Amino acid sequence: MRNAFISELAELAEDPRLMTLLADNGIIVYDDYQKRRPKQLLNLGIAESNLIGVAAGLASSGFIPVVYSIIPFLVMRPFEFVRDDICYQNLNVKLVGIGAGFAYSSLGPTHHGTEDVALLSCLPNMTILSPSDPLETRKAARAAYEHDGPVYLRIGTGRNPVVNPTDYSFELGKGIELRSGTDISLISTGTILSEVLKASDALERQGISARVINIHTLKPLDREIVIRAAKETGAVLTIEEHTTTGGLASLVASELMESGVGQARFACLGLKNRFCENYGAIEDLRSALGLTAEDICERAVQLLSAKAVDAADSMLSV
Amino acid sequence: MRELKELPKRAEKLRQDVLAMAVHAGGAHVSPAYSIIDLLVVLYGRHLRVSPATADDPNRDRLVLSKGHGCAALYAVLAQEGFIPRDELKTFCSIGSKLGGHPDVNKVNGVEASTGSLGHGFAMAVGMALAAKLKNRDSRVVAILGDGECQEGSIWESAMAATQLELDNLVVIVDANGLQGMGDVESINRLEPFGDKWRSFGWRTREIDGHDLGEIDAAVSEGYSTGEGPLAIIARTIKGKGVSFMEGQAIWHYRLPNDDEMKQACDELNVESIAAVLP
Repeated sequence: MRNAFISELAELAEDPRLMTLLADNGIIVYDDYQKRRPKQLLNLGIAESNLIGVAAGLASSGFIPVVYSIIPFLVMRPFEFVRDDICYQNLNVKLVGIGAGFAYSSLGPTHHGTEDVALLSCLPNMTILSPSDPLETRKAARAAYEHDGPVYLRIGTGRNPVVNPTDYSFELGKGIELRSGTDISLISTGTILSEVLKASDALERQGISARVINIHTLKPLDREIVIRAAKETGAVLTIEEHTTTGGLASLVASELMESGVGQARFACLGLKNRFCENYGAIEDLRSALGLTAEDICERAVQLLSAKAVDAADSMLSV
Repeated sequence: MRELKELPKRAEKLRQDVLAMAVHAGGAHVSPAYSIIDLLVVLYGRHLRVSPATADDPNRDRLVLSKGHGCAALYAVLAQEGFIPRDELKTFCSIGSKLGGHPDVNKVNGVEASTGSLGHGFAMAVGMALAAKLKNRDSRVVAILGDGECQEGSIWESAMAATQLELDNLVVIVDANGLQGMGDVESINRLEPFGDKWRSFGWRTREIDGHDLGEIDAAVSEGYSTGEGPLAIIARTIKGKGVSFMEGQAIWHYRLPNDDEMKQACDELNVESIAAVLP
């Protein structure tokens, strides 16, 4: 995903207004970009508050700054600069957070991107993109560039499996139904969608028809696709590599409640009031935290049995 | 460009306006505004290449008030220079006004950055100066910082960046009034040797009397005259300058005079009554 992003960025940098700013992360991976666009890359060092302020100053003078760093250092350390300088002033700055979820698995919670959506989704003017595979990362990078205003793009690091069809139209704010289904909706975002797809295969083998929805834009959320999923399937399970508080789970749940479809059965998988304190490969961490395809499948089955009880109750009350 | 000798009168007028605005608002940061008024009249009168007609010109100079709480002085000078209607000053901090207790770039003509949280405006000024360099624009950027503000770590991140990027189109003026919200800067979190700190970060420095218009004028001119990187002007100022009982007193950081005090303030500012300033 990272290479796909940087390669797309080099294309976008045909626009001389685009200026990529680094905080000393990205040795080697930016080599090709630097060869192609040497005048459009600046490493401002390990000083992220200044970095965000400088980006705002460049944007107010007509540049389109793309600020790239590891998620906690990009979002959390200079959060108030993002809030005041970029969002409050509503400037055309793109923040690119590398290491979504547990992508930096063994580096520990200091390097995990597991609260960024919660922090940024409450900021006015901010758009949040969370692509799930390399092709979608390219499309999301282009959409971020084409959107006039602050955008946060969170991406994984490595070779992430393909999730989406090879050719599809990426529309900012529009979710994608990856699988149709009638019994339950699995709503997810980011690279963990590969696990969700495996879970839907497993459910299908048990005769359960699971709809899978890719929410590549977390803000603005696609209300229509989420509400339709709750109405048509009656059960919604969200899955994310992020804290459920303030994450996809909160965003979807509040939309459902506010839209009057709160009677749908709802459950969420993700980090719940904890850090990810394990080390190992990303698969190991997902396993330790109950976020594998098997875990998703199991939770979906539980949720469906609750839905069946609901249905029986409503029959009785009639 | 205005003659230096015209400026004291203009500065006095600004001090009257700021106090009258504070009265309309029912309270304001008066004394942090008073310490920068002499800096502002020199900058707007003789240095900044800005005008209401060219407020969107990409080649304009830019002034960033990093100590955003001094904005009453900025609004007053922007009104004096014709960027905003004078009548608007009396709406300061009231419902529906564009003029809030900290300046907003998207609301006020002539304001270059929304500030208020300390340690932000300087970084944005670095970005603006960098943009001018990258685009080969002859555009200068001035950032006005508070001395207490220099306790923020981000100030020193930006100080490093500005010399690394060789921004000789950037001038920082520190309003070194020696006071912060709760008392003396030196007794709370000391900055001295302040000039040495800037020099050790690679800055050229000038230490001046921040109320001596000639010294301000000469120091700012020096900022643009060389290709030797950015200049930090440490302007030794007096918080509350112009009203004797406010001068150097931390308690006046955010406070309105009572009736007796107001009478004395009006005497010292050469105005009949404060109500007559912005009727």
